[in-house]
Amino acid sequence: MQIIKDREIVEDNWLHLDDDAELAASNITVSIARWQEQHETLSHYEGGLGLRLTGEDPLEEIVPDLDKFSLIVLNFPAFTDGRCYSFARLLRDRYAYKGEIRAQGDILHDQLFYMTQCGINSFEMANANRLIDAMPAFDDFSESYQTTVLKPEPLYRRR
Amino acid sequence: MYQYDKHDQAMVDQRVSQYRDQTRRFLAGELTEEQFRPLRLMNGLYVQIHAPMLRVAIPYGLMSSTQVRKVADVSRRYDKGYVHFTTRTNFQLNWPTLESVPDILAELASVQMHAIQSSGNCIRNTTSDQLAGVNAGEIEDPRPWCEIIRQWSTFHPEFAYLPRKFKIAVIGSEEDRAATRVHDIGLHLVKNHEGEVGFEVLVGGGLGRTPILGQTIRPFLEKKDLLSYLEAILRVYNRLGRRDNKYKARIKITVREHGINHIRELVEAEWVQIREQLLLDDKEIDRVKQYFTEPAYEADASSDDSFETVLAAEPEFARWVKQNVVDHKVAGYKVAYISLKAPDVPPGDVSAEQLDVVADLADEFSLGEVRASHNQNLLLGDVKQSDLYALWLRLQTEGLATANINTMTDMICCPGLDFCGLANATSIPLATEINERFSDLDYLYDLGDIKIKISGCMNGCAHQSVGHIGILGVDKKGEEWYQFTLGGSSEADAAIGQRLGRAIPKDQVVDTVSTLLDVFKENRHEDELFLATVRRIGVDPFKERVYANN
Repeated sequence: MQIIKDREIVEDNWLHLDDDAELAASNITVSIARWQEQHETLSHYEGGLGLRLTGEDPLEEIVPDLDKFSLIVLNFPAFTDGRCYSFARLLRDRYAYKGEIRAQGDILHDQLFYMTQCGINSFEMANANRLIDAMPAFDDFSESYQTTVLKPEPLYRRR
Repeated sequence: MYQYDKHDQAMVDQRVSQYRDQTRRFLAGELTEEQFRPLRLMNGLYVQIHAPMLRVAIPYGLMSSTQVRKVADVSRRYDKGYVHFTTRTNFQLNWPTLESVPDILAELASVQMHAIQSSGNCIRNTTSDQLAGVNAGEIEDPRPWCEIIRQWSTFHPEFAYLPRKFKIAVIGSEEDRAATRVHDIGLHLVKNHEGEVGFEVLVGGGLGRTPILGQTIRPFLEKKDLLSYLEAILRVYNRLGRRDNKYKARIKITVREHGINHIRELVEAEWVQIREQLLLDDKEIDRVKQYFTEPAYEADASSDDSFETVLAAEPEFARWVKQNVVDHKVAGYKVAYISLKAPDVPPGDVSAEQLDVVADLADEFSLGEVRASHNQNLLLGDVKQSDLYALWLRLQTEGLATANINTMTDMICCPGLDFCGLANATSIPLATEINERFSDLDYLYDLGDIKIKISGCMNGCAHQSVGHIGILGVDKKGEEWYQFTLGGSSEADAAIGQRLGRAIPKDQVVDTVSTLLDVFKENRHEDELFLATVRRIGVDPFKERVYANN
């Protein structure tokens, strides 16, 4: 399937592995439960490794492992569930995570701007028919008042 | 007052474009009702019984005369020529069409107004004291801080999808006219032992079906740390607040379930990490403060003696002054309340024609600014005492001189079943009936300050839980019944009202109010206020009388 990554529409090359599915030879993402259970095996996995998180998950517990993952997938079961916006900011601002952070699930055009400000840089949009239609939403606003991952200085220091 | 610069204006204009496109997508079927709902709510648009309702923000209740004229203009062109002021100093249009809302928002943006985050599960309009900057006892003017919070909270990318709505109120004096103790966050400007001014931070207040008073999470916060502390509270709440049950999702429940001490630990731990990033520098504080500097008051305003002369000669004017005019910090100036609680009008409603007059009067008599209060009235904040009589004459011709501020007919009342999709019972007709029954002003003045608050359902938009007399509509097998509470307050002596007893049928509500007043008068010590009497004698004497006959 196609996703938006760094403001471009690209082919996704990750496999989201169910907890009981066998390891496949590709780039895979696993749930936090599987990561914690199969920590040893997965640490030596040859392909790209990604971690899937939901707003329920204990983010702080996986911080020491962050350098193992080139992708963190943040799940939005409903677009009204805003917990993972905080996760994204913490991953970037506090834990200096440099890999891909992907929003997955119930995401509309209208969330792309905020998500980007929080440090999410790829989007797997379950409900989007035409990704191209979503692209203008990245530029909904030319400025933000707050400190964001994209602009670490608040607007008041730039006026 | 604050003036937008190019950044502020661009953001509001871009919001209009964004919402125009969202409306277009919804009308074209590209967004489902469910998908559109939070988007329209974050632009203030509800869908009610008869029509959509648009809630427009009035940041900390302050408007220029130009803005007031625009509000009047918009209400004439896109609605039925009147607006409704709310308890959070916003105003509402009750009959716009969904299709016209982007145009309305564009009109409002042209005078630096918006409906951003006036609804939805996000940080709402920050409210304040209607006497900010003009009352003598003030520690510091809270409005620059409200504006700083407005900017920080507008389009905050991390906090647009909170567990539930989030309301902040800021005051700068010991009297609490902004109901800060029933806000998610209440900020009090206070002085510490060293004489420095900072904030006492309260968290976890709220009304609705579980009314709870906020608790102090930090007794003193330095001003430069304001935004980082707010951000820490919001981040803890965004992660911890319940998302499984919308009735348990407000931060008041998070605080209750985890305890204030645990919440404090989490917030302080978070705060330590982000404190440096969000320091407010003096440059920014001064930049915002310069919009709220004291105007050039006339030094000889108090040498006027015409005011005293007219007061003595015109008893009706004197009555209005006694009830609706309060002292200003500068001698010779006064603050005049414009009551939006005329007996024949739903509380908080005002017509477009009246708004135009208010704008003219603000230009003529009060430096071109109008204030809205938590109690749903308007104010002119800087009127020379020598101008009060001319002001009153004009207000009188427009039906805006009802001399009932703080009396029992200065009621807070939600739209109720007549307009609202959530309500179980009507509330406006009860307000009308109370007005008809208690129309004798001398009787009202004799009773003194009494706050009646009437809500048509548990959501409690009229804040009945903190009314001296709270009246809550409940549905009993399709009939409207009303639950009374006594002794609540949203001010510095805040308390949640106690239940009087079982619900009362609609046709006995006003009789019940009358009975409560009888018991008060019989037990009152001299000029004791209703609230003081209730607190002294308790609810029982009231209860016994009200339920004596059945």
